[in-house]
Amino acid sequence: MSAAAAEATRPVDRSRAKSRAAWRRRGIVLAFMSPWLVGFSVFFGYPLVMSAYLSFTHYDLLSPPRWVGLDNYRFMFGTDQQVWPAVKNTLWFIAIAVPLQVLFALGIAIMLSRARRGVGVFRTVFYLPALAPPVAATLGFVYLLNPATGPVNTILGKLGIQGPLWFDSPEWSKPSLTLLAIWGVGNTMIIFLAAVIDVPKHLYESAELDGAGIFSRLRFVTLPTISPVILFAVVIGVIEGLQYFTQAYVAANVAGGSATYSAEQANKLGYPEDSTLFYPVLLYQQGFRYFNMGYASAMAMLLLAVSFAVTFLIVRHSRRFVHYQGAAR
Amino acid sequence: MRRVLLAFGVLLMLTVTGCGGSSKSASSTSSSTTKVQPANITIWTPFVDPELITFKKVVKDFETKNPGIHVKVIGGTNDDKIVAAIRGGNAPDVAQSFTSDNTGVFCPSGAWIDLGSYMQKDGVKDSIFPAAPRDYSKFEGKRCALPMLADAYGLYYNKTLLAKAGYKSPPKTISELTAMAKRLTQRDSSGKLKVVGFNPFPSWYENVPAHFGPSWGANWVDGGGNSNLNTPAWADQLRWQKSLIDWYGYDNLVRFNAGAGDEFSASNAFETGKVAMHMDGEWRVAFLKREHPELKYGTAPFPVADDKADLYGAGYTTGSIIGIPKTSKHKDQAWLLVKYLGTNPTALAELSNGIQNVPTTSASLKSPVLKPLPGFQTFLDVFGNKNTTTTPITRIGAANQETFQSFIAKYLSGSKKDLEGGLKNTDEQIDAMEKQAEAGQAP
Repeated sequence: MSAAAAEATRPVDRSRAKSRAAWRRRGIVLAFMSPWLVGFSVFFGYPLVMSAYLSFTHYDLLSPPRWVGLDNYRFMFGTDQQVWPAVKNTLWFIAIAVPLQVLFALGIAIMLSRARRGVGVFRTVFYLPALAPPVAATLGFVYLLNPATGPVNTILGKLGIQGPLWFDSPEWSKPSLTLLAIWGVGNTMIIFLAAVIDVPKHLYESAELDGAGIFSRLRFVTLPTISPVILFAVVIGVIEGLQYFTQAYVAANVAGGSATYSAEQANKLGYPEDSTLFYPVLLYQQGFRYFNMGYASAMAMLLLAVSFAVTFLIVRHSRRFVHYQGAAR
Repeated sequence: MRRVLLAFGVLLMLTVTGCGGSSKSASSTSSSTTKVQPANITIWTPFVDPELITFKKVVKDFETKNPGIHVKVIGGTNDDKIVAAIRGGNAPDVAQSFTSDNTGVFCPSGAWIDLGSYMQKDGVKDSIFPAAPRDYSKFEGKRCALPMLADAYGLYYNKTLLAKAGYKSPPKTISELTAMAKRLTQRDSSGKLKVVGFNPFPSWYENVPAHFGPSWGANWVDGGGNSNLNTPAWADQLRWQKSLIDWYGYDNLVRFNAGAGDEFSASNAFETGKVAMHMDGEWRVAFLKREHPELKYGTAPFPVADDKADLYGAGYTTGSIIGIPKTSKHKDQAWLLVKYLGTNPTALAELSNGIQNVPTTSASLKSPVLKPLPGFQTFLDVFGNKNTTTTPITRIGAANQETFQSFIAKYLSGSKKDLEGGLKNTDEQIDAMEKQAEAGQAP
């Protein structure tokens, strides 16, 4: 081989070597990612695809799915009279409980950021409820708010006030669940606390020099600076609100007492009067109590679509309110 | 030599086919009363101690009578576990369910095998079961389960409280029940309910429409199998319930119930004397013996609507079902156990004595082994009554009952006023759910 020819082939070899190295790098990246990839595919991708397929079938869990086309969706939008009350209950929770959760978490975080003594104790006290398992916390609240024997109504009674029926009243059951939700805002509170503490001091000092009072500093310094965290809390709160299940399930069954039929303890889902029948509770009832998994899958697909849509809308409209430090706009 | 080889070959073939034949024949007849191959089988039951102890004892008797078949008993199971196990291919050989409503799921799906051929082979006839258990253990003519122990419902009354109010016997009609309930009710100075004569609150303890309906002669479906709740019988039943709730005051009853104690505990409101008369199942007899032997009580059939006097003595019944999941590897042996637990009069009587549930064949109701506790005979009589009914088995499981209960709760609280309109709407919802469950089926 002549020297000229060798010169000509060298760049080709180099590019091949580069390409090989790139593939090797990709391989290594893939190898490191493979546990996640496998987990994602098996535990998320596959169930999602199967749910989408099953939503077009009648599936009782025991016999092979039967293709029914759009029947489940038609039943959901046209016939099933439980869907709309369940949607309304879920919307109520998102409209009332989620903003209250964010407000309380933020309020506590701001107060804690200003506390001078016992900060550690207060942080622990306010965070502690978040560690209580949801079932245990709900059982505790049902006990506390028992209309006949609960400590809350007993104290109210001593003050000459007849307490409400709490979990036993269709008007009070969702507010009772809201109280429970507010009590357990520890996680959100901690995130807010970190964000509030992180607000640059010089901004407050500048505002103070300009004559800003406490509320002006909150309105024009604290809130804009932590707005990305507020957005995060709202998005997570709304998604959790759409999936609200455990507390509603436990509260309804425990407060509802027991009634049996067919020799098995009956479920009291939605007690009282369907006021705690949230969308995921109805989905569970259809899928696992009525063996109507095809229809439950259709409900799950709608929930997925709504979750996407709501999150998209919040994030899109948030641009007017959320300020990212260092962002171009 | 070739002839010898040929003869040997023919002999070998005959032997092989002969063996095959005899093996096939053994298999096909093994489900009859003749012997089956030894095997280890498993049964899942929802019973837990102390009932499980009796259950295991009866299964032990089965093992003694069927040498070679060893049965592993797993207690505390439920239908969710059975369904998951069938899906996973590791279900037990025999499964017992407390939820006869799920016959409508286990049968048409083939999850529990059809027992028809076994029953035919062994001469087990449907007619050995009274009508109600016969109905709730099959679906559209397919028998995939046998009934095994039942619950029957009636009236429990506190003799001490009744005597104090001047009553010597329990009510027989709804009018009598209502009048006595009002007289037996006690309130404190603030108007709070101390003792409730009869608590009509919906879904409290055993207050579900399925249990009340038979006293009004109310049916769930019409001749064509459609939901049939918009009838004068159901309307009368619900109007009575509402009028009594209104007499107590809805909120007063809610507060009373909230402090009344758990149904399945020693603080049960009837057991502690907070309720004078009470709709309940036969099992309460055993609970009372165990938890409050000091309580002086009596049992009677539940009162009937004034214009349905002929129904007095009847009531509602439902119960456990027992069957063979399709994944069982020892179906013949499993059938022997199912047959023993579901049809043997002595086994059923012993189960009844230990568990205090109603035995489910006509023969077992008359078994000399049966030793009912005081008060229990009422429920045996209710169960055996020709007018006693059960809820229909449907493809939608208990969804029909729960949809009805959902409307009832709203009507009785006063948030829905239109009774007939609500019943009609409930019928439409249930029919739509049935139709939805049948979608996509081959015509």
